[in-house]
Amino acid sequence: MEHAETAGNKIVFSVWFGLLGLTVFEVILAYRQLPLETMLTVLMFLSVIKAALIIAYFMHLRYERASLFVTLIPALVFVLIMMTVIFADSSRLAHMRSLVQ
Amino acid sequence: MSSLDGPVSAAAVHDAHDIPSWGGGSLPYAVPSKKLGMWLFIVSDAITFSAVIFAYGYLRLAAAAWPRPFETPSIVNATVMTFVLLSSSVAMVLAVRASSLGKVSGAVGWLVATALGGVIFDVLHIREWLGLIGEGVRPFHNPWGTPMFGAAFFTMTGLHMLHVTIGVVYLLVIAVGFGRRKFSAADVEVSGLYWHFVDLVWMFIFPLVYLLSAKTA
Repeated sequence: MEHAETAGNKIVFSVWFGLLGLTVFEVILAYRQLPLETMLTVLMFLSVIKAALIIAYFMHLRYERASLFVTLIPALVFVLIMMTVIFADSSRLAHMRSLVQ
Repeated sequence: MSSLDGPVSAAAVHDAHDIPSWGGGSLPYAVPSKKLGMWLFIVSDAITFSAVIFAYGYLRLAAAAWPRPFETPSIVNATVMTFVLLSSSVAMVLAVRASSLGKVSGAVGWLVATALGGVIFDVLHIREWLGLIGEGVRPFHNPWGTPMFGAAFFTMTGLHMLHVTIGVVYLLVIAVGFGRRKFSAADVEVSGLYWHFVDLVWMFIFPLVYLLSAKTA
């Protein structure tokens, strides 16, 4: 077995420091007085980057065949996008509450 | 080549790259079946967690006054938990590498270190839970606002804590089994996939639950 196809020490520790750095940045951001929507968007964007780093390097998916990625990830992303359909109802509830008050 | 009922050896998987036919005829993913099984479980478990996280988002968006109870000590605690979990993931990477190189004691040591990270995470998290319970948070009641806050918080973080706890047991079983040559390096790698996934889920729960509910004023 050769190990040229796995992440070396340099990559693993770079990813680790990257993840820690992004976490620190997120915490600093939490103490800024930003609108909730802006903060949610930025935090989720950073979380997706962190998740991608973990999947690609720690979970090794970057070094697997593309067929494995294609089988697993697009379907998951599609399901998650479908789930956002519930938020229309959620904001309707919030809107109705404001009408009552 | 491997038979259908036996485990696919790492060597067989490696050889599959050299099959001159259309790439994918015999082993379309070129991974052992246990690894593919764990990946499929992870995708389905990701959907379970997503459903819980979306439910939290639904409640929060519809709520008039969502509590923001996490003061700086809580945020620091949760940040330390995040660091511990991320570092345990690196220990897991090193365990997988040591096992694939046949370094048994090294692999067992890193596996135990990874599990220890999980235990520290659990202890810090349970302390956080007890603090909130002490302040009067219950699944359908809390002193600050929307009653469902407790249900959303305890379900989301509790499901994750359950995964961490199961992961600690899983890693220790693998560590003992690998130390006794009962499990292979491939088994260590599959347990690593699970552990990294638990880490990954926390990367979403931490900002959504804690950072977006930090008491900043």
